[in-house]
Formats: sequence, structure tokens, C-alpha cells
Amino acid sequence: MVYCYNKPFSINVWGWCPGIFGNIRKRVRIRSICHNPESVAVMKFPKAILWAASLTMFQATALADTVKIGFITTLTTPAAVIGEDMQNAVNLAVSHLGGKMAGKDIEVIFEDDGFKPEIGKQKADKLVKKDDVDFVTGFIWSHVLLASSKTVLDSGKFLISSNAGPSQLAGKNCHANFFSTSWQNDQTPMAMGEVLNQDGLKSIYVMAPNYAAGKDMVAGVESVFKGEVVGKDLTKWGKDRQLDFSAELAKAKASGAQALFVFYPGSAGGAFITQYQQAGLKDVLPLYTVFTVDSLSLPKLQSTNTEGVLGSKSTMFWGPDLDNPVNRKFVEDFRAVHGNYPSFYAAQSYDTIMLINSAVTATGGDLEDRDALRAALKKADYDSVRGRYSYGNNHMPIQNFYLREVVADDDGNWTTRIVRTVFENHQDPYAAECPN
Amino acid sequence: MDWQLLISQLLNGLQLGMLLFLLAAGLTLIFGIMDFINLSHGSFYMIGAFVCATLVERTGSLIASVVIAVVIVFGVGLLVERFVARKLYAHDHLDQVLVTFGLILIFDTLAHLIWGAAGMTIPLPAWLNGQIDIAGVIIPGYRVLIISAGLAVVVGLFFLVTRSRLGMLIRAGASNRTMVTALGVNIDRLYLVVFALGAALAGFAGMLIAPITEASIGMGNEIIIVAFVVVIVGGIGSIKGAFVSAILIGFIDTLGRSYLDDLLSLFLATRYAETAAPALSAMTIYILMASVLAFRPQGLFPPASSMR
Amino acid sequence: MKPSAPRRVSWGVYGTLFLFLLAAPPVLVWADQPFYMDLLTRVLILSIAASSLNLILGYGGMISLGHAAFVGLGAYSVAIPSYYGIYSGYLHLGIAIAACVLFALVTGAICLRTRGVYFIMITLAFAQMLYFTFVSLEEYGADDGLLIYQRSEFSGLLNLENPGVLYYLAMGVLAGCLGLMNRLIHSRFGRVIVGIRHNEPRMQSLGYNTYRYKLACYAISGAMAGISGFLLGNFTYFISPEMMDWTRSGELIFMVVLGGTGVLLAPVAGTAVFLLLEEILSAFTVYWHLLFGGFLIAIVLFGRGGLHGLVEKLERRNHSR
Repeated sequence: MVYCYNKPFSINVWGWCPGIFGNIRKRVRIRSICHNPESVAVMKFPKAILWAASLTMFQATALADTVKIGFITTLTTPAAVIGEDMQNAVNLAVSHLGGKMAGKDIEVIFEDDGFKPEIGKQKADKLVKKDDVDFVTGFIWSHVLLASSKTVLDSGKFLISSNAGPSQLAGKNCHANFFSTSWQNDQTPMAMGEVLNQDGLKSIYVMAPNYAAGKDMVAGVESVFKGEVVGKDLTKWGKDRQLDFSAELAKAKASGAQALFVFYPGSAGGAFITQYQQAGLKDVLPLYTVFTVDSLSLPKLQSTNTEGVLGSKSTMFWGPDLDNPVNRKFVEDFRAVHGNYPSFYAAQSYDTIMLINSAVTATGGDLEDRDALRAALKKADYDSVRGRYSYGNNHMPIQNFYLREVVADDDGNWTTRIVRTVFENHQDPYAAECPN
Repeated sequence: MDWQLLISQLLNGLQLGMLLFLLAAGLTLIFGIMDFINLSHGSFYMIGAFVCATLVERTGSLIASVVIAVVIVFGVGLLVERFVARKLYAHDHLDQVLVTFGLILIFDTLAHLIWGAAGMTIPLPAWLNGQIDIAGVIIPGYRVLIISAGLAVVVGLFFLVTRSRLGMLIRAGASNRTMVTALGVNIDRLYLVVFALGAALAGFAGMLIAPITEASIGMGNEIIIVAFVVVIVGGIGSIKGAFVSAILIGFIDTLGRSYLDDLLSLFLATRYAETAAPALSAMTIYILMASVLAFRPQGLFPPASSMR
Repeated sequence: MKPSAPRRVSWGVYGTLFLFLLAAPPVLVWADQPFYMDLLTRVLILSIAASSLNLILGYGGMISLGHAAFVGLGAYSVAIPSYYGIYSGYLHLGIAIAACVLFALVTGAICLRTRGVYFIMITLAFAQMLYFTFVSLEEYGADDGLLIYQRSEFSGLLNLENPGVLYYLAMGVLAGCLGLMNRLIHSRFGRVIVGIRHNEPRMQSLGYNTYRYKLACYAISGAMAGISGFLLGNFTYFISPEMMDWTRSGELIFMVVLGGTGVLLAPVAGTAVFLLLEEILSAFTVYWHLLFGGFLIAIVLFGRGGLHGLVEKLERRNHSR
């Protein structure tokens, strides 16, 4: 029997009794990932509860032979589509490592932030205080990361962002124990600003959701783009986000801009592209995006034949076609299990586990020596799916950024293709503000 | 002033108004006749969108799918009325709010389990995917369809309410429930039909919006609160009131989103105006409701001789 | 069987709950379980908010779907001064109470002209207005919320950074609020409020200005919720407009109903069970809302009188045996 624990039912059906009390469930989960299902003892109800209760309530310290990683992401609401992709990539990384880091079992505890900063913070509290994890990772959303950062960093644990890169944590509030395997929010749109300049555009219209990352994205493109931003819309985001962009698209069209720059992550991206096509803007306002057109939205756009997206340009630190051995293996194995191409969220999550692995291996599995771990993390001494990169003083990656274009692959599936390198070894603009 | 922009924004407002009306029509009837607060009315909106998207995927025909999906949502409405709502008519509003809040949680989670988190799109056939040029104003053809479909339902509903026997009972029920019961009408069946009809209308609204915004989990939860505002502003139990206030609120919301940031940046720094404008335009709806309630607590068009 | 008998036994249940809450911190510190300490602190703080809602909902019959606005207002009273580097707890608390009383008086003056379902909707409207006001305030984080880097200072008197101190402060405030409510309910004021719930025209014809009584009750309840918000802001180190969302108000209502409306101590039990259930179910599956929704429906349909009613029923059965 093989258990695949990211399929919700397979875990819950047999693992639920101990699961009520927290910790135990996850240990059961992780064993299943280690392809060692025989070791899982399925206990009868009352005994299991007693066992679980006695263990969780008075378990003073974590079992020393495991590496505990907390992973906060969004697993409910429509944004769960991102969270599930990240979860898949983490599981893939763990199985590529054979379930072990430096001989210790890997235990990943996934938590759902429900797309709300204060829920994310509560989960971070739980991971730090109850589960006593060694690393708190994940974080799709900048505001969730910001809300959770104090709890994690005050406790002396490591905080590793697998996506969000708010300017605050890169600049003034940077922290020795904070690392990122993604990017600082401004970097990708800065690369896009450069592309707009290279394309000789004089005026653009900008649309983004109204939250921390949305504002960073707009700031990023504005800081590099030399032409004029003739109009800008920040739309309602969060649980009850705005998805009908008719009013904004009408304004964009009337503004006389030469191009449209947007940032709509997750499923909002698909909705945006659909409306962009319906409004007939493809020939009027060429589309330039960041984090909007990805392998989560492209299969859906293809199924509805939304050709408006073909040829649209985006910038990114990575692409599924980036040619290096680690990335080839990652993309192939991911597609073999899940069918679709991995998204950049998945790539970053995969790298998060690999980065932790590099540090844990470097210290020989010693999780108590935080200084050694920190020094090892800072080296970024592992083969990332993006190739090698280094960390700046604020622990944000210094890496390349590429221009990508939406095309159909050899089998006819829509995907992105890297056109050229826009920035080489680019560092974010907030690093100078970081006192470290 | 850019007149073409204004006209296309007015059309966008009209489209939002139509969707709100389709939701509010059922809500106001259920509210007016059964005195039942149904927070989970938005779930029918979501179910309609998902069911229709699934059918389009299977059959490939948009029109057939819409017809079948409306029937299915009608059926779901029947079940919810029979097994949940009916038990609650005798309870107070507090219990109704709580139970229907629970229903929202259940429907949203079921949608996640059945259809996954990714949501579903409804592809439009080519004849709906084009643009229409009305006197120099170019708007997506599908949005014209939403407005016309909404208007068709409005006309149909008006005929149903004013000309049919069912409509007579509905009107009677909205203005004096006790009397209808006393006249020996099978009140259970009336409630059942009204509830399911409301559900089907909400589901239809969900099907109309899905090709634009996709079917997604919890898509009804935000719009249902706005639909409640529509019902209160229009007067509980009044179809006419629901129609007028839906259009009004559709315009307020859309025009607020389009023009408020320009207006605000006259006396605020642009950075603050950009953040404040969308929030303030959302707020205007609630300001409208509060002022209506403060000065005309029965709403703009209370049903005739409402005794409650 | 005397009707007073089961009620006395119920006091036993609440007494046990009280002793449990009193003894919990030392035990949890000994067992090194800071997480459960946090959970209980949250229970205490939200109990204050739920109890304040019980005052207007359970005793006054005013169903407010906007009570979370007061909690949010109280939390922002900590966050905004802290943002400017002002950490005085006296000032934070003063602002929280003043802001909530003011908001309650202004909105209450309009809301209380309506009743029934219109009251539900107009309280929702005002809460949404406040919600969107804070969403629009770019300076104070808008949608992203504000981090509170340091808890309120009560110059030498209390060190809230110590979780035990915050815990017992929350417990003390809860006890104080419940004591005050107990006094109120048994005073002439309280009897008028309950009388209004049962039959407002009769109270009017008896010569009471019911509008003023209701407004006063609404303001007291708002102030209590504001204090709970003050504690919540300090506790979480974070506030976002999300905390004022209508679903939060709905949760507060559910805590009250789960415990038992119009019973002084019941909302505390309701809040405890609500939060524990949330914790347990969400650890069990990401689809926990399914079970939670079912539980919500079952409680309303089959558990009239909430947990209090249930305990009472059980005890009456034991009693009559």
C-alpha cells in the first residue's frame, strides 16, 4: 500500500483518531511519505486517544531524531489552488530526499492560513509554541508573512519565505534568521520595467490588488520604467476580493496607454485574462504581467481557448524550461505525478526544502547550533531549480531574472518559454536599508 | 469628461445591477413571505456556477447546460427548503442567521471537495466572445447578453407575480401571511416553490457571471451581503423595490470604483486616494442602507399593506 | 421539584470552570505548554466580547451583527498609538473605551430607531462602514493590518509582556465585567431592559423612555467589547480590519448562542467550547468547516438553550431520578 498524504481523504480516513490531538497525526503522515507504511500502527479509538493525549500534553521537547518544518500556506478558499501546488512540491522534495535530512526523519506540518493574516499568525504561534518546529516556512501572502514574522523571529526559530517577499523584511526590519527562496517583491516587476523600456513603450496602465505585495509590485515597475504611468487601479483583495474588472478595464482602454501591466496572483489571474480577452484588448493594449500567467492559470485558459494570453510577456527568476539537471528532474517528476507543469510557487517550495537540507547536512544534523545553521543557510550551497544563487546581507536571493513568453509546447500544452535574460545577479533595492 | 467611458461604465453598472436583482429577487420573496433570513442564498449562486461549468465541460453546449443547471439548482433549493429551512420558519431570526451561516460553511466545503480549489471556467462560444460597437462605445458582447438575460427574467418575473395564480399567492403572502394561511392555501407547497424559485434565480445569476469571473469557492458570500442591502433598501418582500435598488446599487458601486479615486485625489495625496477609493465606494452602499433605514425603515417600496 | 434546584447545580459547573481557569497557568507553565496558555487567554478575552454581546442580545433582545466592530476598534486603540510610539496602557484603554462609547452612541442613536431584522441589518451596515474605513487607511496598514511591536505599558504596575500577567488581567477583567453585568441585570435598569425585550410598548406606557435605556445598554456593551479588543490587540501583537468583518460578528453571536442566551456565565462556556472545537477540528482536516457547519446547525435545531440548557436538562433528569 502506498499512502499519498496530500490527498485529503486518504490521510483522514485512517489517521483521524490520533489526529485529533495534533502531533501524532503528522508523524503518521510523514512515515507514509517515507514509503514505509508498514510501520504505521492503526490503533483502536480509545487507546489511541489516551496515547495521543498523554504524549502531546506533556511532551516537553520534540523528538530529537526529526527535522521539524512548519509550512504555512493557503489550503481553503480559492487560493488553495496555490497552496496545494506548494504542498505537492514540498512532498516531492521530501521524497527526493528519501524522507531524511542528515539521517534524521523529515516531518512537515502543513497549516492553513485561510488567506487571513491573523489566522496565519495564530498558526505560526501554534507551530512555534506547540509543535516546536525548527523552521517555519511557506507563506504565499506578504501580509500573512508580516503578521507572522514577529512570533517566529522572537522565538529564535528560522523563518523561510517560499513566496512572499515584502519590502519591510528586506529593508529596515530584516532579520538574521529570515531567509527567502523566492525574491523580494520589487525585483520581478523591476525586471518587467526594464523589459518595457527595452520594448520602447512610452505609457502604461497599471492594475494590481490592494495589499502589501500589490503595492510593492507597482512600486517596482514604476521605479525602473522610464515612460509615464497614465493610470493605476488597486482593487479589493482578500477573502472577498474583486474579480469583475469591467470598470477598470474600461478605464485602462480609455486612458490611451500603450500597454497594460498587471499583477493578479492565483485564480484571479485566470479571471483577469478572460476578461482582458472579452474586452477585446489584445490588439489595443499588449499585456505585460508578473506572477499572473503561470502553470496554474494556463491549463484553464487553454481549456477555454483564451488565446489572448498567447504571446503575453512576463518576467520571472525561473521557468519550467530553464535548462539545468535539477530543474529537469523537478519538472519531469512533478509532471509525472500531477500532470501539469509546476508553478513558480512549487519551484520555490521545492527549493525551500532543499535549502534546509543543505544547511542541516552541513551541520551534520545538529539543529541546536543556530549559528552554524544560519551560516550554512546563508551560503545557499545547493543546486536550486533556478541554478546557483547567493544571498545578500538581507538574506534575499541575488539571482537572474528572465523574460518569458506564453507559447504552446511540443505536445500543444500552453506554457512559458524563456526568451532572454533581463537582469543578471540582481539584488533588491532594499538591501541597503538592512543594517545586517 | 470622457463620454464613451461614462457610457461603458453605466453599462457595467447595469450589468452588476441585473446580477444583484437576480439574487435579491429570491431573497426578498423568501424574506417577505416566510420571514426567513437566508444567509446561504449566495451558495445557490455558487452551486449554479459550478454545476453549469461541469455540464458545459461534459456536453459542450452552453444553452443546454444552463437549462439543466437551473433545474438542478431548483432541485437543490427544494431539498434545502424541505430538510432545513422549513424547520426554521418558527424560530427567531437569530437561529435562522446561525443555521444559514452553518449552511454556507457546509456548501463551501462541499464545493471544495467536489470541484477542487482551482475553480472552473465556462468557455464562451465564439458568437458570444466578440465585441459590440454601440454608437462608438465598444463593449464585450457577453455583457450585453447578461443585461438582456437579466431584463428577460425581470419581465418574466413581473408577469409571474402580477398575472399568475402563484404570483397572486406570492403577493398575498408578502403583504399578509396569516391571511393567506387562513384562506386554506397549501402554505407548505407555496413556501417550497418560492424557496426553490429563489434558489434557481440565484443559480442563474451564478451561471451568468461564471464565464467572466470563473466559478470559485465562496463566490456568493460577498455578493449576498450586498444583495441583502438591496432587499432592505428596496423594502422586504417587494420585487419592484428589489429591482430599483439593485440597479441603483449597481450604478453606485461601479461609478464609485471608476471615479472616486480621481475625486479623492483632488484633496488627498494620490497614494492615499488609491487605497481609500475602492474602500469608500464599497462603503457608500452601506451608507445608503443606513440612511434608508434611518429615515424610511420599511425601505423605498414596501409591499402594499404590510402589517409586520 | 423546585425550579431553583438545577440552577444551583449549574453554578457548580461554572465554579469548576472558574477553578480550572484559575489553576491553569501554573500547570501549563510547569508542563511547558505555552500554546495552550495562549488558547485559554484567547478564550478569556473573547469571553469578554461574547458576554458584552450577551448583555444586548440575551437580555435586551437586540441582535447585533456588528459587534466585532467594537472589538476591532478597541484593538486599533492599542495599535495606532503604538504606531506613533505611545505605549501608555492607560491611554490605550482610555481611547478604547471612549472610542467605543462614542461609536455606540452615534450608531446606536440611529440603529435603535429600528427593530427586528432591520436592527440586524443596520448594525451590520455600520460595522461594514467601520471595516471599510480601516481598509481605506493606507497609513495604518489598510488591508494588511498593523503589527504591534510592544504591549501596552502600565508603568511598573503590570508587565503585559509576561503571558501569565496578561492571562490573569484578562481573567480579572472578565470577572469584573460579569460582576458589573450581574449588578446591572438585577438593578432597576436591568429589569427595564429585560422588560423592553418582552414587551416594549408596555414599558413605554409605564412611562419609561425605552430608547434611552436601550441606548445606555448598547453603549455599556460596546465599551466592554472595546476593552476585550484592547486585550486582544495586546495579546496578538497584530490587528487587521478582518477582525471587524461581519463573519467575526457572526462568530460572536454563535459563542453566545452556543453557551445559552440571557444566562450570565453561559457565553464563557460557549466561547471556550467554540475555540476548542475550532482548534481540534482544524487539526483534524482542512475540510473542518463541514463538521463545524453541521455542529452549528445541530446546536440551533436540537440544542435549544445552548450548553447551559443542555446541562440544565441533564441535571434535571438526574435530579428527578
